[in-house]
Amino acid sequence: MSRVKTWLDSWPVYRQLTGSDPFGRGKAARSKGTEATVSRTATADRVVKSVCPYCAVGCAQNVYVKDEKIVQIEGNPDSPVNRGRLCPKGSASKQLVTSPTRVTTVKYRRPFGTEWEDLDLDTAMEMIADRVLEARKKGWQDEDGGKRVNRTMGIASLGGATLDNEENYLMKKLYSAMGAIQIENQARI
Amino acid sequence: MTSISSASAAFTGRDPGNRLYGPVPDVTEQSGYTDEHPARVGFFTDTSVCIGCKACEVACKEWNTLPMDDSHGVRDAIGLSGMSYDNTGQLGANSWRHVAFIEQSRAVDLPMPTFGRPGDDRQGSGPSVSGCGDHDSTAKAQASVLNVEALSEFDPQTGQSGADKQVRWLMSSDVCKHCTHAGCLDVCPTGALFRTEFGTVVVQGDICNGCGYCVAACPYGVIDQRKDDGRVFKCTMCYDRLTDGLQPACATACPTQSIQFGDLDELQARADARLATLKDQGVETARLYGRDESDGVGGVGAFFLLLDEPEVYGLPPDPIVTTRDLPAMWKAAGQAAAMMIGVAVTAILGSRRR
Amino acid sequence: MPGLGASFGRGGATNTQQDLANADCIVIEGSNMAECHPVGFQWVAEAKARGAKVIHIDPRFTRTSAIADLHVPLRMGSDIAFLGGLIRYVLDNELYFEEYVTAYTNAAALIGEEFVDAEDLGGLFSGFDPETSTYDETSWQYDLEEPPQSDADDPAEAAEQDRTDDAPSVTRSDRAQAAGSGGPPIPGKPKRDETLQHPRSVFQILKRHYARYTPEMVSEVCGIEPEVFEQVAKWVTENSGRDRTTAWVYSVGWTQHSVGAQYIRTCSILQLLLGNIGRPGGGIMALRGHASIQGSTDIPTLYNILPGYLPMPHALQHDDLDDYVADAAGKAGFWGHKRAYMVSLLKAWWGDAATAENDFAFDYLPRINGDHSSYRTIADMIEGKVSGYFLVGENPVVGHPNGRMNRFGLANLDWLVVRDLQMIESATFWHQAPEIETGELSPDSIGTEVFFMPAATHVEKEGTFTQTQRMLQWRDKAVEPPDDARSDLWFYFHLGRILRERLKDSTDPRDRPLLDLTWGYPVHGERNEPDADAVLREINGTGPDGQLLNSYMQMKDDGSTSGGCWIYTGVYADGVNQARRRMPAAEQGPAAPEWGWAWPLNRRILYNRASADPDGKPWSERKQYVWWDEDAGEWTGLDVPDFEKNKRPDYVPPDDARAQDALRGDDPFVMQGDGKGWLYAPAGLVDGPLPTHYEPAESVVENALYEVQANPTIERIPGPWNRENPSRSDVFPFQVTTYRLTEHHTAGAMSRTLPYLAELQPEFFVEVSPELARLRGLTNGEYATLVSARTAIEAKVLVTERMRPIRLRNGTVVHQIGMPYHWSYSGISTGDSANDLLGIVLDANTHIQEDKVSTADIVPGRRPRGPALLEFVESYRQRAGVASGRVGLNGRDPVAAEAGEGSTQT
Repeated sequence: MSRVKTWLDSWPVYRQLTGSDPFGRGKAARSKGTEATVSRTATADRVVKSVCPYCAVGCAQNVYVKDEKIVQIEGNPDSPVNRGRLCPKGSASKQLVTSPTRVTTVKYRRPFGTEWEDLDLDTAMEMIADRVLEARKKGWQDEDGGKRVNRTMGIASLGGATLDNEENYLMKKLYSAMGAIQIENQARI
Repeated sequence: MTSISSASAAFTGRDPGNRLYGPVPDVTEQSGYTDEHPARVGFFTDTSVCIGCKACEVACKEWNTLPMDDSHGVRDAIGLSGMSYDNTGQLGANSWRHVAFIEQSRAVDLPMPTFGRPGDDRQGSGPSVSGCGDHDSTAKAQASVLNVEALSEFDPQTGQSGADKQVRWLMSSDVCKHCTHAGCLDVCPTGALFRTEFGTVVVQGDICNGCGYCVAACPYGVIDQRKDDGRVFKCTMCYDRLTDGLQPACATACPTQSIQFGDLDELQARADARLATLKDQGVETARLYGRDESDGVGGVGAFFLLLDEPEVYGLPPDPIVTTRDLPAMWKAAGQAAAMMIGVAVTAILGSRRR
Repeated sequence: MPGLGASFGRGGATNTQQDLANADCIVIEGSNMAECHPVGFQWVAEAKARGAKVIHIDPRFTRTSAIADLHVPLRMGSDIAFLGGLIRYVLDNELYFEEYVTAYTNAAALIGEEFVDAEDLGGLFSGFDPETSTYDETSWQYDLEEPPQSDADDPAEAAEQDRTDDAPSVTRSDRAQAAGSGGPPIPGKPKRDETLQHPRSVFQILKRHYARYTPEMVSEVCGIEPEVFEQVAKWVTENSGRDRTTAWVYSVGWTQHSVGAQYIRTCSILQLLLGNIGRPGGGIMALRGHASIQGSTDIPTLYNILPGYLPMPHALQHDDLDDYVADAAGKAGFWGHKRAYMVSLLKAWWGDAATAENDFAFDYLPRINGDHSSYRTIADMIEGKVSGYFLVGENPVVGHPNGRMNRFGLANLDWLVVRDLQMIESATFWHQAPEIETGELSPDSIGTEVFFMPAATHVEKEGTFTQTQRMLQWRDKAVEPPDDARSDLWFYFHLGRILRERLKDSTDPRDRPLLDLTWGYPVHGERNEPDADAVLREINGTGPDGQLLNSYMQMKDDGSTSGGCWIYTGVYADGVNQARRRMPAAEQGPAAPEWGWAWPLNRRILYNRASADPDGKPWSERKQYVWWDEDAGEWTGLDVPDFEKNKRPDYVPPDDARAQDALRGDDPFVMQGDGKGWLYAPAGLVDGPLPTHYEPAESVVENALYEVQANPTIERIPGPWNRENPSRSDVFPFQVTTYRLTEHHTAGAMSRTLPYLAELQPEFFVEVSPELARLRGLTNGEYATLVSARTAIEAKVLVTERMRPIRLRNGTVVHQIGMPYHWSYSGISTGDSANDLLGIVLDANTHIQEDKVSTADIVPGRRPRGPALLEFVESYRQRAGVASGRVGLNGRDPVAAEAGEGSTQT
């Protein structure tokens, strides 16, 4: 009988005729899908505290993670700066992170090549190291105009201003140690 | 059987005339949530502080994982509309929030120069043409993006001085109104559209069969079929988020609180106060839209503060629920339907009892 | 940020975004805040709701203008005239905050007799050398209290002597950005006239300098009605003083000019005169455009500075550490401890290898000796002088002016490493650049090896961003990056590890800096991700016992402390990652000091000593913020005082005092050598001590104020790939400005690739007025072609009343074209690149390009394709009398085209 009751309850017309919603426009019309509604903020495994990567307002974000995937990114209401709000770009940051057009493997174009080739990460790192050492040597100056400079003019770098402070710090430290000075950032622009 | 849920009003004997038109004290209760239910919630969109950022559009799409407007993400299918900064165009199956951009300009009482290239004697240094002769609205409407001539005086809040013409740029985020008398819901033959315990109107994707009756029934042209899917889609006021105690995605994101979410009666009080403030500041053009419970849809769950006539924003000035006259029409048909239903239910119950 | 740095001592926004809500009037100028910082704009909306006046001063009517109380449509590039007019208005009507001005600014300081103002030299200041287009700043100096001794015992003087003797051609610009934290060094304190009446007092010089910036002149130069100017003047002055404050908001609408730093200086002068600096609801809000652009100058990847705005050693100035710190030795203000900051940095980098005996490894640092900024480097690339280039989250062929020149640069490298999320145009130029179609680039002749290295997003790594109000916020890591994607921290750590491994047996002294580098960061996880937290600890610094430092005031110059960025010391105070703090705003006071951490020392409003009067009392109850508590003997209030906690307001330094001890108890600008806000900048800027209106490099009108048309110190990079449009040319008759839209981000890699953003602004477009549309036959929604001496591009046209022609008093009509710059050929939303149209001319202070104003022609229809495009543009150059822009294959070896020969570059 209880099974029958359940079956009946799931039939809108029955609910409509016997319940409080004779028009069948509300409670009686609720589908299985509706009854099973759950917010993916509620089922997330964890909420991670982050900051929007677009402009410099510095909006705090809550990042919802489920099964090691990002399922939602929205403003953190606790923030004194953004009070939980985000602009369209900040609101699109889940799409930024999960974009299917992201390139997630190394691509290599050889000199005078006409196509991209695949390369594994370790090989690419070793090849880049080779080239850094060679360029450093090629562009090295002990002196310029009779003055000691201890530098290489063979290597230049331009960073975006979405680099973390820690990243900028390691970059400046490493470049300076290798003698590279043409180190620039979007901050100049 | 598919037409019963709508027709059923006619045979309940519970004052059907009042159910499809006019004010309703508690639309949620009327929809069967007779036990304690949450207060009716809604949106108050205050367009006087909208900055047209479209965060609402994006936050909505992210949360509800809506497709791009052309449904396929094909780049050739999107293009510049040429209508100010509005490239969304209208509400649809894939755009549940739509920010309208309305550019208005009005010549002020200054001598109007003619304009030419620097150094171009024929035009540049010629005598000024005074008055507003070359600035009639027709010419401008053809010449620039979306020049709706202001219907009334510019308010001091947005009227600009310092130039030979005043420019006003109205922005407004449109959305499903979640009407008190929702035509879409009333005509839905499958029960796919329903009213939630929050008093909002939502499509149930697992029920909708794509018949499209609701599309014609919406006085605002909100609800829309997705072409590759057939079913209809519209704003749910983030029903799923509400079940988790969160606000809808658009209201959560809105940087200037142009979109406010909350209990409808609180929002109405807030809107009344805001309107009074603006009037005090001399913003004569301000008005509320959808706030009036005696209007053609019994007032709406998502109402607006506008700075011009509704038509300027692409909103119907006097929306009337399409099912207003249904009770009378279905009075006769209902009796027949009731009989059939009665037979069917008895048969089923009877058979199951065995 | 020399504009702010030279004025106040630090190159950062003075106040917070939330604090804008406390303003009684907000002027947004050089910024389109509602569009580019929409979420920050909520505080403007809040102020407005509380009754504040909001004024938007901008050539375009934007989404910011739409909800402002007043929009002032001034002509592009005329802001100094407008602000100078306000300065004159304030001085003439005696509306300045007299007590504040006398006590807290250098108004009373006397300037040396040699100084000659631009008013008397037709737009040039004394000291100009037309040969080099540079100034010798010597004549701009203060008339000093005690002239500095000229014997070599004084290291500062010796260093100064060095500079003038050895290096007359050293441009000070190499040092300019060092004013980021710690104003420009000055040799001593000036003589003062507290009555402000002395003809050589800053106050009187200021009055004379701006005497001609009348409302009528403003009207003529800016193209606005005098009544509008008066309205702004009225609102701003009525809302400034003891009881009320006005805030100014700017962003790249000011910096990206050939007089950019001086735009900011003009505003600084005005805000000082009105007494709005250091006070709640006042200040100058510098809105940065990228998540950590403030951080990227604080801990710079910039050629001319080290972390904490310490200058890079200069080959001609800094032989050793003593030379390096000489300009700060014995001076007043916090620069007095420059040696401690530098030694701590050297210890952080080279650890035990940095000893007192080897000058703390000072010689391990490479030396600069000129402009090595990114645009100069691009030119060097074209000439084959640079082998390898790293692009780390940057897309210069779209985001930088003159994309064509940038692409030629990339095409002449040996190798290029691109680290990004999406396949950006700077990685695909070798087969997709527009120049492939014109035949100027050809894949099979481009030798550049390209490595595309996938990067991690902001949620796939941990670390700190420093946002626009100097606040560091730590991000936790949410998920691992996919596949081969890695953080930039990973990339540089492991690149360093491999390099050190390769060189480990080297005996070459040039490898010592790499081998001695402290590089032992802990790693974790399968991918050996270096620990960002350990890096932040190193940045914060440690004491002799290895304890984390709480304040840079604990730093020593004897090598017993280390710290990678002195201004960030305190971010790990008490052993706690302060940047990770997330105390809800609702649970703390209005300054929210326990959310994140702001440099310096968690001070949220800078120079907040100035929120109290000289006696230490709040100027008014309404605007109280930080004040002196006599009973407790300390400064207290709503924020961390930006002042020594126990220094009494009536403190007067003894004669032998040094560093901060040499500043008085009523000197609120603690990073300045004289403790004052600078109305007049005796040092720190290369193009003049007072802002002066110059026309942009490419202008359609004549400078109405001076004989000198444009900034005489403009930096140019001539070449066939960087031709300049002549000013006042009939061939390039319209002004153009570039900007961003809310819906996109910079060069587009983070927005054009995302469906939800791409569909909102799906195509490249330009905005023109109905008048220009009529004049040129342009149709809304149809294509138009824009032409400059660089190239031609096509765009859809939006005809809108929001763009407005300016009619100047002499009858000249200036048409202005608006051009958002987000597009290129990749992604979902595409179009030509606006930046391809622009040339590169630079503000000599900052080496920042002028892309907020240029000139062009516009005609209906699409641009020519292929080689026909080159002919089309060349014909424009010929008509304009510009030298040929033809280049050989891949941008090299310009071919002397018949037409271009003999004509000179303009």
